[in-house]
Amino acid sequence: MVVVGAGMVAHRLVESIVTREPGSWQITVLGDEDVAAYDRVGLTVCLTGTEPAEIALDPSVFAAEGVTLRTGVRATQIDRTARTVHCDDGSTHPYDRLVLATGSSATRPPVDGADHAACFVYRTLDDVLTLRSFVQRRTAELDRPMTGVVIGGGLLGLEAAGALQTLDVAATVVQSSDRLMSAQLDRPAGDALRRLIQERGMSVVTEARSTAVVTDRTGMICGVAFGDGTTLAADVVVFTVGVRPRDELARDADLAIDERGGVVIDAQCATSDPAILAIGEVASFEGQCIGLVAPGYAMAEVAATHLLGSAASFPGYDQSTKLKLAGVDVATFGDAFGTTAGALDVVYSDPIAGLYKKLVLSDDAQTLLGGMLVGDATAYGTLRPLVGRPLGGDPVAYLMPADTVAAAPSGDLPDDALVCSCNGITAGRIRLAVSEEGCTDVAGVKACTRAGATCGSCIPMVTKIVGAELAKTGHALRSGLCEHFEMTRPQLFDAIRVTGLDTFSAIVERFGTGRGCDICKPVIASILASLLHSHVLDGENAALQDTNDHVMANLQKDGSYSVVPRIPGGEITPDGLLAIGEVARDFGLYTKITGGQRIDMFGARLEQLPEIWGRLVDAGFESGHAYGKSMRTVKSCVGSTWCRYGVQDSVGMAVRLELRYRGLRSPHKLKLGVSGCARECAEARGKDVGVIATEAGWNLYVGGNGGFTPRHATLLAEDLDDEMLVTAIDRFVMYYIRTADRLQRTAAWLEDLDGGIDALRAVIFNDSLGICADLDAAMATHVDAYEDEWKATLDDPDKLRRFASFVNAPTLPDPALAYTIERGQPRPATADERDNGRVLIAGTTLEVRS
Amino acid sequence: MTLLAPPAATTHAAQWTPVCAIDDLESERGRAALVGDTQIALFLLYSGRIHAVSNRDPYSGAHVIARGIVGSRDGAPTVASPMYKQVFDLRTGRCLDALGKEEKSLTTWPVAVRGGEVLVRWGSTL
Repeated sequence: MVVVGAGMVAHRLVESIVTREPGSWQITVLGDEDVAAYDRVGLTVCLTGTEPAEIALDPSVFAAEGVTLRTGVRATQIDRTARTVHCDDGSTHPYDRLVLATGSSATRPPVDGADHAACFVYRTLDDVLTLRSFVQRRTAELDRPMTGVVIGGGLLGLEAAGALQTLDVAATVVQSSDRLMSAQLDRPAGDALRRLIQERGMSVVTEARSTAVVTDRTGMICGVAFGDGTTLAADVVVFTVGVRPRDELARDADLAIDERGGVVIDAQCATSDPAILAIGEVASFEGQCIGLVAPGYAMAEVAATHLLGSAASFPGYDQSTKLKLAGVDVATFGDAFGTTAGALDVVYSDPIAGLYKKLVLSDDAQTLLGGMLVGDATAYGTLRPLVGRPLGGDPVAYLMPADTVAAAPSGDLPDDALVCSCNGITAGRIRLAVSEEGCTDVAGVKACTRAGATCGSCIPMVTKIVGAELAKTGHALRSGLCEHFEMTRPQLFDAIRVTGLDTFSAIVERFGTGRGCDICKPVIASILASLLHSHVLDGENAALQDTNDHVMANLQKDGSYSVVPRIPGGEITPDGLLAIGEVARDFGLYTKITGGQRIDMFGARLEQLPEIWGRLVDAGFESGHAYGKSMRTVKSCVGSTWCRYGVQDSVGMAVRLELRYRGLRSPHKLKLGVSGCARECAEARGKDVGVIATEAGWNLYVGGNGGFTPRHATLLAEDLDDEMLVTAIDRFVMYYIRTADRLQRTAAWLEDLDGGIDALRAVIFNDSLGICADLDAAMATHVDAYEDEWKATLDDPDKLRRFASFVNAPTLPDPALAYTIERGQPRPATADERDNGRVLIAGTTLEVRS
Repeated sequence: MTLLAPPAATTHAAQWTPVCAIDDLESERGRAALVGDTQIALFLLYSGRIHAVSNRDPYSGAHVIARGIVGSRDGAPTVASPMYKQVFDLRTGRCLDALGKEEKSLTTWPVAVRGGEVLVRWGSTL
C-alpha cells in the first residue's frame, strides 16, 4: 500500500492499521515536507520558541514494522494501469491500494504583490518557522516593533494574528465579509469575537477588499491598499484567505474531481477508482471539503477498517469544533446557524464580560440541535454530545457561567452519544472501559479508549461518565492521596489543623487506614512541619521523612548524598568560599555551582554527613534545605549597590526574604528570585515568587517555574514598598502551603484556583476570605521558630545515631561505592569501569581527622 | 537473586547469626547491617515484627533499601525504595509495584529475637 501525504490524517490511518493488525500491509508513506507528521493544529506554539520536535506525532507509528516513511519526496504521477506512483526523486512505488492524504495548500489571493518576500501563508511548519525568522530579522533591522496585516478573518487568520502578536507584531485582521469567522459564526457571535480580539490588542477591519501590497523605495513592504482607496501600514503580510485541496495528482490521473475541487469519495472513502482511497482535506464528500482534523480522523478510521477487510462508512462531517484563537475560546457544534425548519434560538449575550452563547433547539424547545459559544466554551464538552437529544433541563442553565454547567445532567447520556469527536468514542465505550476493562480513573480510560486524548475538550464529560459508572459498581472516582487516605492534601491539612493531632499514628487511626506509604507519609510530615514547626527528626515523625529529609542531604544515584549549605541571595564572603572549598577537598567531594546560586558537594557518604556539617556549621553555614519540599533559594542579581542600572538593592531584599522563609516546608519546592531592575538578570519570573525592582518599589510576580512545563510568573501587584512586599509574599506562600495538592507547584495551583489571579489578589490585598490575620500569624510563628536543623542535629546524640552506615559497623563505608576521576574530580564509576577495576573504592578516599 | 549469594557461611549449616540489639532499631525505619560481606536491611514494624531483606535496590544497584519509607499495601508490610520508588513486600521480598519496569525482588532472611538481640538465619534464604 502507498500513502501519499504524511500529515495528521495519514498518521492516524497508519496508526490504526498497525495497532489493529500489525504487519497486515506493507505501507510506504510519501511526505513532501522534510519533517515527519506533526500536530498542525498546534503549529503556532513553534513561533514562540517551542521546538518543532515537541509537536511531532508519535514517531513509532511510521517506524512500525512493515511501514516505510520517505520524507521530502513529492509524488508526481499516478499510473493507474500499472498501479504505481512516480516521485520527483525518480523513485517508483507499486501499490495494491493507494491512499491520497495530500491535504490542502494555502492560497494567495489575486492581489498585486502577493508574492513579495514579506508576504506569507500560514499552513506548514516551514511557513511558521520562515515567518518567525523573518519577523526576528526584520524587527532587528527596523529597530522598532513591526506592524502586520493578516488578510482573511477566518480560523487560521485569527490564529496567525495571535501568533504575530506573540512575536510583538501589532496585528490587524482584515476580513472581506461583515464578520470574523463567517463560515462558523453568525453576526452577533462574530461581533462578540471581534470585541474580544480587539480587547487583546489586535485590530479588526471588516468588509474590506485588499487590492495590492504596497512597497517603499527600498522594495520593502510598507502597506496594503484596499478597493475603497484606503491603505493600512504593514511590514509583513500574512494571507489566510482559504485553502485549496491538493488534488493535482488525482486530476492528472483522471479520478472524479468535484467542481469546487477535491477528490470525490463515497462513504467508504473510495474514489472513482476502487483501488484508490482519499481521506482528509483533499477528499470531497457530498460536495464538500472540510479543513478540520476530526472529520479527517474519522475518514482515516473508515479507510483503515476497509483496508483490513471490514465494513464501515463515513457518517458525514461533524463540524463541531472548539478552539482557542488568539486567546479567545470559540466553539460551534451541530446546526449552529439554526437552518432546521422551526428551529428556536436561546441566546445569552454579555458584551461586558465578552460572552456570547447560543443554543439552537427544535421547534418544541426540547431537542438540542446545535450552538455557538464565544468567550467561554466550557459548556462545549457537555453540550456537544447532547446534539439531537432532549436537553433535559432549562436551556438557560447551560448558558450561565461555568458552575451551573457542572450541575447539568450528563452522566446519563445514552450509550450511543458521541463524547470524544476527535476519536469517535461514545459514552457506551467509556462505560465499557470502566465496567468490563477494569479502568478506575480518567487517565486509565483515556489510555484504553483514546477518549480525550486529542484536543481534550471532552475530558470534563469523560470524567463525569467515569465517575457515574464507578459509582454504579460501588466505587468512587478516587481523589484521595493514596490507598490510606481518601482525603486530598488540603482536606488533610485542615483536618490536622482542627484536631491538633501531631503524630502519624494518631492521624492514620482517625482519618485513614493501614500504615501509610511513600505518598502519604511525606505529605503528613510536611503538614506537621507547617503546623508544629518541630524538627524533622523529632520522635515518631522521623520515620515519615523521605530519605532526603531524613538525613538532610540529597540522595544520588549510587546511594551517596550531596550537601548544599545555604548561601542567602547567592552572596558569599571569600572566607565562606574557602571554608566550603576546604570541606570539599578534605572529604574528596565533587563540587558544582547550582542553578540557584549555591555550591553543591557530591559524593558524601551517610556516615560522613555529621562530620561534614560539623565543619560547615563551625564555619557559619546552615542547612540549605536543597533536599526538602521546601523553600530552596532566593536568586538575585547584584542590584543597585554595584550595578549601573539597578534601581533597588536586590541582594539585600533577596537575603531578607531567604532568611525569612528558610526552612519553610511546602507541597513542592519553592524558589524565589529578586531582580534589581527590569533587565531581570535574576530570571525572577521563572520562579514561584519573582520580585522585580521598579523606580517606585517592587513588582511582585507569582506562579512561575522552570522544569517540565516552564511558565512565567504572573504579575500580582506593582510598586510595593519593602514591608508590603514581604507581607504579600507571606500571605501568598502560606495560602499556597495550606491549600495546594501534593506536589502541586504554585503555577498549577494558581491555574486551578477559583477566580485565578484576581481572586488571589483579593485574598491577599482585600482579605476577601478573612484569613489574612491567620496567614500572617502562621508566618510569624514560622519565622520565630526557625532553627538550623543541621545544628540541632549535631547537638543531639539520639539524632546522630541515624547516620551510622551499618548498625553493626557504624563508621564502615558502603563497600559498593566506587569512583572514577573525570576533569579533576570524582564521579560514580560506570559498570564497565567497575568490571575493569579502574576505580577508587570509597574507603580509600581521604580520611578525616575527627 | 544471584548477586547476593550468601558468603562463606553457605558451606556450613544454616545458623542464627546475631546482628544487633533490638534497641538499635527504630519503629518503621530501616537500618542497614553487614553480615559477612552482605549488606542487609532490617525493619522493625509498628506491629513489633522484624524483617530482613537485601539492602541492594535491584533497580538502581545502590545499597539503599534500608533508607526507604515503610508502610503497607492492601495489608502487606512494605518498603518503597528511596531511589525510584518501587515497592516491595517485606515478608517475601516480592516487588508489588515495579512502576512499569521488569519485576525484580529482594532476598529475604528469617529473623528471630533472643534476649534483646536480633538474629538472622544465615546460610539459608526463605
